[in-house]
Amino acid sequence: MTSLLQVKDLTMRFGGLTAVDGLNFKVEKGTIHGLIGPNGAGKTTTFNMISGFYTPSDGAVLLRGEDISGLQMHEVARRGVVRTFQHSTLFAELTVLENALVGTHMPFRPNIFAAIFGWDRDDRDGADARARDALRFFGLGDLMNEHAGDLSHGHQRALGMAVAYASHPDIILLDEPFTGMNPEETKHMMGLMKRLCSDGITILLVEHDMQAIMGLCDNITCMSFGKFLAEGGPAEIRNHPAVIEAYLGGARHVA
Amino acid sequence: MRNLIIWIALAAGLIVLPNVLSFSQQEVLVFLTINILLVASYRLLTLTGEWSLGHVVIMGVGAYASALLTKTTGLPVPLGILAGGMVAALIALALSYPLFRMKGFYFLIGSFAAGEIIRLLWKRFRDPFGGTKGLKGIDPMPDFSVGFYNFDFFEPTSYFYFAAIVVGVCLWILWRIEKSPVGLTFHAVHWQDKLAQASGVNLRAYRTLAFVIASGFAGISGALLAHYIGTINPNSFDVEVMVFVLTWAIVGGTSTFYGPILGCVVLTILNEVVLRELGLEQTRPLIYGLILILSILFMPNGLESIVQKFTRRKEAGLMRPEEAK
Repeated sequence: MTSLLQVKDLTMRFGGLTAVDGLNFKVEKGTIHGLIGPNGAGKTTTFNMISGFYTPSDGAVLLRGEDISGLQMHEVARRGVVRTFQHSTLFAELTVLENALVGTHMPFRPNIFAAIFGWDRDDRDGADARARDALRFFGLGDLMNEHAGDLSHGHQRALGMAVAYASHPDIILLDEPFTGMNPEETKHMMGLMKRLCSDGITILLVEHDMQAIMGLCDNITCMSFGKFLAEGGPAEIRNHPAVIEAYLGGARHVA
Repeated sequence: MRNLIIWIALAAGLIVLPNVLSFSQQEVLVFLTINILLVASYRLLTLTGEWSLGHVVIMGVGAYASALLTKTTGLPVPLGILAGGMVAALIALALSYPLFRMKGFYFLIGSFAAGEIIRLLWKRFRDPFGGTKGLKGIDPMPDFSVGFYNFDFFEPTSYFYFAAIVVGVCLWILWRIEKSPVGLTFHAVHWQDKLAQASGVNLRAYRTLAFVIASGFAGISGALLAHYIGTINPNSFDVEVMVFVLTWAIVGGTSTFYGPILGCVVLTILNEVVLRELGLEQTRPLIYGLILILSILFMPNGLESIVQKFTRRKEAGLMRPEEAK
């Protein structure tokens, strides 16, 4: 059986710099998969290639066996792969509800003629209900009429995920979802992700918060300097000599 | 109910308005009505964050198309006006392929260049565009009667009523588009195009859609103009007119639907009526320019910010009882 998402010999070169070099890993359906590595390991570049933001120099991204590398971001999104961004990338000038409504663009595709004559009542109601559901799921139910730019950092991150969730994705790519959250918020967010996962949504996340990664992920891929380093469950990765070396430096050269 | 009364009052006001004006002021009123559609359609384009310098030329495309179609094929003028809008939209669709390879400042310059090319084509080809002299003797609207009122289109009052109805319908459509999910998507494309794209929005398609719709309505406004004044030439649609559209939009403010319309109305009245009445014929551009500079210095958010100050207070007043519940 093919995996939901498979990255095959993925390579990205920026001029002379090879940011990602022949990376391979698979994400199975219904799991939470972590992608870790020291700063500059190429995690975000990998994300950008999967989501269609970059076109890989080499290799392929396979979604259910179909090659999606080189497609534009909205085409990737329409196949069910939706991403969030590293910083609080939101529509700051729009309200929280409007942000989530943009997220419903795919399940409730706007039609301009129906919109002029008011034939899209059902779609608008559906989109509205979907957006409100997504916001309530992420605990933003009381903030729907606030401007997104006025929210606290933690709420903004949650809203970023709500926008992605509102689009009914099969797989969500989360780029550092816990940045700027206090331990309590992190814990709360971990609970929400587990619920997302039990909803049948596959999650691929890049994160530096090791505690969150270890507590959340079924599978972890570690990379360093653009190359694949190790893969396995949290316990395996924690004790993997190559991973420890990558993060803390090689002990054997010290002596 | 309250809204209905406001609309009826507005309609009654518009019906009475031309009857209390002088002949030259009636003419200004017709141009103002047409310009309102022009600037409102321009706002739809700016919703996606792109500012064009070719909008007035696109208006001219509608004017030329309608004038030529009615003249050569005998198409009735009202259908010609619609066809003018459609031709303008189609030209915009063709232009969108090269233009939307650019964004922001580059799009601005690109749209200016595209507009100048179209204007040069009008000048170069005497057949069918009439060269620099343009088109003369454009078919006027045929007079007709609706029982209680006789439309006599040599009277600016009659043409004002006709234009006001057309512009009213167009504004209603523009308003519906803006308040729809499509309008929300335009905003999304403007503020965070990457996030919009990650939500499955086809950026290019939506930018093109806004450009095509805005151009279509600009074309209709151009056609209305052509059949009113009866003669058009390439210089009727040069960049000077475009600068006026930009000042209306900027002085009025572009964050609300009514902002650019407000800017258009206030600046036109100021320029054409107040300053003329004061007998300042020679120094009119000077004072107009001064007012522009002052209004941008002291009202960076446009005239609409003044209106918002009042409506916000009203909204806040309405919110309170709800909170008390």
